[in-house]
Amino acid sequence: MGSMPVMAVGSVRMGGLNADFWATNGKNLLLALVAIGAFIAVVALLLWGTELFSRLFSDKWRGGIQLFTLVSPVLILLAIGLIWPAVQTFFLSFTNVVRIPDPATGINVDQSTFVWFKNYIFAFSDPTELRTVINTLVWMFVTPILSTLVGLAYAVFIDRAKGERTLKSLVFLPVAVSLVGASIVWGFIMYDFNQTGSQTGIINALIALAGGHPINFLTADPWNTIFLIMILVWTQTGFAMVVLSAAIKGVPIELNEASALDGANAWQRFWQITVPSIRGTLVVVLTTITIATLKVFDVVRTLTQGRNGTNVIAYDMYDQFFVKDNRPLGAALAVVMFIFVVPIVVYNVRSMRKVRENH
Amino acid sequence: MTSTELQRPPLTAAKASRSKKARERLTSPGATAAAIVIALIWTVPILGLFMTSLRPGALYRTTPWWTVFSDGHLTLSNYSTVLFESFGDSANSAPLLGNVFNSIVITVPAVIFPLVLALMAAYAFAWIPFRGSDFLFVTIFALQVVPLQLALIPLLKALGPNGLGIAGEFPGIWIAHTIFGLPLAVFLLYNFISQIPREVIEAARVDGASHTQLFFRIIIPLSLPAVASLGIFQFLWVWNDLLVASVFGSIKTYPLTYPLANLAGGYGQTEYLVPAAAFVSMIVPLIVFFSLQRYFVRGLLAGSTKG
Repeated sequence: MGSMPVMAVGSVRMGGLNADFWATNGKNLLLALVAIGAFIAVVALLLWGTELFSRLFSDKWRGGIQLFTLVSPVLILLAIGLIWPAVQTFFLSFTNVVRIPDPATGINVDQSTFVWFKNYIFAFSDPTELRTVINTLVWMFVTPILSTLVGLAYAVFIDRAKGERTLKSLVFLPVAVSLVGASIVWGFIMYDFNQTGSQTGIINALIALAGGHPINFLTADPWNTIFLIMILVWTQTGFAMVVLSAAIKGVPIELNEASALDGANAWQRFWQITVPSIRGTLVVVLTTITIATLKVFDVVRTLTQGRNGTNVIAYDMYDQFFVKDNRPLGAALAVVMFIFVVPIVVYNVRSMRKVRENH
Repeated sequence: MTSTELQRPPLTAAKASRSKKARERLTSPGATAAAIVIALIWTVPILGLFMTSLRPGALYRTTPWWTVFSDGHLTLSNYSTVLFESFGDSANSAPLLGNVFNSIVITVPAVIFPLVLALMAAYAFAWIPFRGSDFLFVTIFALQVVPLQLALIPLLKALGPNGLGIAGEFPGIWIAHTIFGLPLAVFLLYNFISQIPREVIEAARVDGASHTQLFFRIIIPLSLPAVASLGIFQFLWVWNDLLVASVFGSIKTYPLTYPLANLAGGYGQTEYLVPAAAFVSMIVPLIVFFSLQRYFVRGLLAGSTKG
């Protein structure tokens, strides 16, 4: 390795960019443009067509026909793309599928048998699967609480500080980063571990500086799950902070004044005035992050693929579906995920109903 | 000057000091230190990734990125390698520039489609009373939190060779993203559209405007700010998505996140290229984020304070 000039671009080779490359990508971009144009045209035609068509009818029917055109695309898409598939997944989770050759043609066909709760029992009794379920619960519990605590602390500490907006942007920034990107940021920069030689990861370098033994963060079962959770916390805290900060600024100043008159200091006012005033927002933030956490498979997929006791349901489900081809078990895991969110769905629907009644 | 006015200064001073006390910030050396530590943990890793992406590959394993401040070794060659050359050892060997294009081809329609459809439905739920409206709206609202994992396999089947035959093609991914994006889009746009003053809607109705005319003349122009906020959400969600891209995509359609996740799991000879590849995937969302942060925050608040 000779001495290297600063910012050597070297000779830029473009070995991968042949004529074929440009033809394919040009075609794809064109396809997107055509699709957008066609979509807009179809929607516009549909709406105006309905407008003209409905004029043939009496006032009583006209509104109904137009209403149908407005809502039915969403309802149809959700019914056939989300609700019906969910029902099918539910049924799939009670079956066992084996691939056997068809006697007539010799081609392998799926044959499914109804097995009741066998897949669920397996998911909760097999040690590996049980570990996956427990890990998921740890994720669902730790991520929202840590993100909300750090977000709230930061929002309070920088409230009305000089340069508050910039300080907020710093913590909000990771919200824009993909979970794959965030996993790489932490896996390669924070958690990097070298068996020998100097430590190139920030945390291990600090540990080495303090004279400690470097840690292989991604294999250190059971703490590795917590280390992975930190990555998600890193991306969710900004959301919690921004929403909670807005709520804090909405607390009436009179409440604080009255409390100050009573001799409460800033810390007491935080607990007695601020926290109770923003309770609703705290619940929304906690539940939003809980639901987001449940669905996250990207972090595990990117850094460990579930090895060393780090698996979670969202990744395991993907793995069972698409890698191990055990679709019924994957379906059962998806249903378990759904069951985990049911309490939140019920709670959300209740509070939303209240809001809608007041509208 | 009257006497009452003369009395005012001491009063205001007292009030000012009281309100000053109430406005007193929760500060202490500990709080400031904590804020600084948080700010550092939330920014230094990104800086580290950026610096590492500019380091020569030969130094990757042996020298940490912060030595750049003493040795000054920087290069753009990692970027030109990942973007323009066939690198890596197996399926991910195509240049990432192709995946950049794929990300764009996936994202732009997958943002526009659900927004347009959701806007139509949100208007109907907010301003056209009809039987079953409440039930349908609550169902859509509840679907927001249903894990999309529940729908993956059957939907893939429906789009696959025995169904529409568009799994692994861009249209299949657009449809999947559109469906999965609808519940949140309907809910957020409903929140916004239902806030339009009743008089505006009534005035148009009195003039004889039909539902469709009202939609084009009033709803679309007035809801553009909300559409912008939601557009940013959907953009970030689709651009950063890995699950839908993996399930409904193929080697022809994979966006940046897919080869990136594979590269990171590879730990092979190409490991030193991962930071540059990661930065390539992050640059567009970061630009969108910084230029449109205000709309983004507005959308976030609309979604989380009303619920």
